[in-house]
Amino acid sequence: MDKAIEVENLVTHYGDREILKKISFGIPRGKTTVILGGSGCGKSTLLKHLIGLLKPTRGSILINGNDITSMSEDDLNVVRKKMGVLFQGAALLNSMTLADNVALPLREHTRLEESTIRIMVRMKLDLVGLSGFEGFYPSQLSGGMKKRAGLARAMALDPEFLFFDEPSAGLDPVTAAGLDELILRLRNVFKMTITVVTHELPSVFMIADYVIMLDLGEVIFAGPLDELRASGNPRIKMFLERRPETADYSPEDYFRFIAGD
Amino acid sequence: MPSIAESFFGGLGRRTLAALKGIHEVSKLINTTFYWFLVSPFKGKPIRLRASISEIVKAGYNSVPIVAVISLFVGIILALQSAYQLKRVGALIYVANLVGVSITRELGPILTAIIVAGRSGSAFAAEIGSMKAAEEIDALVSMGINPVRFLVVPKLIALALMLPALTLIADAIGLFGGFLLATTALEIHPYNYFQQTVNALLIKDVVTGLVKALAFGVVITIVGAYQGFKVEGGAEEVGRRTTASVVASIFLVIVFDLFFTALFYYFT
Repeated sequence: MDKAIEVENLVTHYGDREILKKISFGIPRGKTTVILGGSGCGKSTLLKHLIGLLKPTRGSILINGNDITSMSEDDLNVVRKKMGVLFQGAALLNSMTLADNVALPLREHTRLEESTIRIMVRMKLDLVGLSGFEGFYPSQLSGGMKKRAGLARAMALDPEFLFFDEPSAGLDPVTAAGLDELILRLRNVFKMTITVVTHELPSVFMIADYVIMLDLGEVIFAGPLDELRASGNPRIKMFLERRPETADYSPEDYFRFIAGD
Repeated sequence: MPSIAESFFGGLGRRTLAALKGIHEVSKLINTTFYWFLVSPFKGKPIRLRASISEIVKAGYNSVPIVAVISLFVGIILALQSAYQLKRVGALIYVANLVGVSITRELGPILTAIIVAGRSGSAFAAEIGSMKAAEEIDALVSMGINPVRFLVVPKLIALALMLPALTLIADAIGLFGGFLLATTALEIHPYNYFQQTVNALLIKDVVTGLVKALAFGVVITIVGAYQGFKVEGGAEEVGRRTTASVVASIFLVIVFDLFFTALFYYFT
């Protein structure tokens, strides 16, 4: 397997609490990898590490063989130009129009003519099905359209890597499925290395080639989608079959717990 | 249960550590702001001119009416208050000296700074804070755009230019307020009042006021940006940080005023 991103022995803390407990895995190149896990398992934190927003306590993250955890901010910015990120709430700059939002990375990192930038912006917006919305402000759009616009901005510099933080969060099933379709098309057409963090099972089965499952800060599964389905691990089965966690404390423990000692 | 001494020293230590952490964060912010303002333009990362102009309009141009009205009123109030005392010694003409010196040296800069802290300092904190809450700051970083360069430097330029400019306006209109009252209610001859003001004022008085205003502009920007970047949660914290930014910047403006006034008193 050709690994585009390799995470080795990653340990991270939030205050005194250990979030990720020495995890290691690889993300294959040119495929869609889904990082799966319940709420609070550390998957969003992991994504922030992958895109260089947070520095881990220990461990390394190799992107194309270069460790981003020990890079200077300038070198990191070079790597960041090869990455596009779609945040959970799309994170469009509310003070700018869609066209300006998409043009922002182009204006900051390239010396292209304004007319070229305008054409590229139109191309990117067309790619996500938002042609004609150049002059709109983010506040005038629906949640699904914002995410599409965020995706257009993430793709402005034709990145090698695309990261999605909960792409279907807060969207209705139809819009969410549309976004999944878009992710599939991007992988097929542009051969990008796509990493999606989610807990939505329908999306996982639709878009994933490769799955990494986190539970309580540890990797409990890493492999192709078919292997995930066939896995006998009880935690994975519970997640896939949407079974709730059973409370496993006795009445005495419960009494002690509510009494507060 | 910890003993009284334990909890006292424990609390003291925790507060000291928190205060030191705050100082460290502020100095880091000041450092990066001035790096992106003064050093990086020479390394091929220019300042965002259009954004700076739009900040200048928002923070400077749009504040002119309120600054004008308040300084006019303060000029009138000052003339009335000084007349109340000076009338008794029959030295009404010295109203011009009092109004002139106190407006240019003190009230012009500080009133402008307080108005701008309330208008723009809070707006900076709210803008950056809500951007932080909506992951917009993270998005900027992930696009390889430094948020300090993108957001703080244009605001710093705006306030560093506009606070002295607004102060000049406040000085002029404040003096005019005093003039207006003195020539009507106090029946001082306009020419005498004018001549008295010109004689009483030194260039130094105006310039020290403008130096103060420049410093206040930097203080208000840094405080607003610092509080904005400190937002971690959602809307509620944005509100809290906005309030904190106004309180802190007015407090710091007065602290710096004290510092500069003492400095100018001894060294000019």
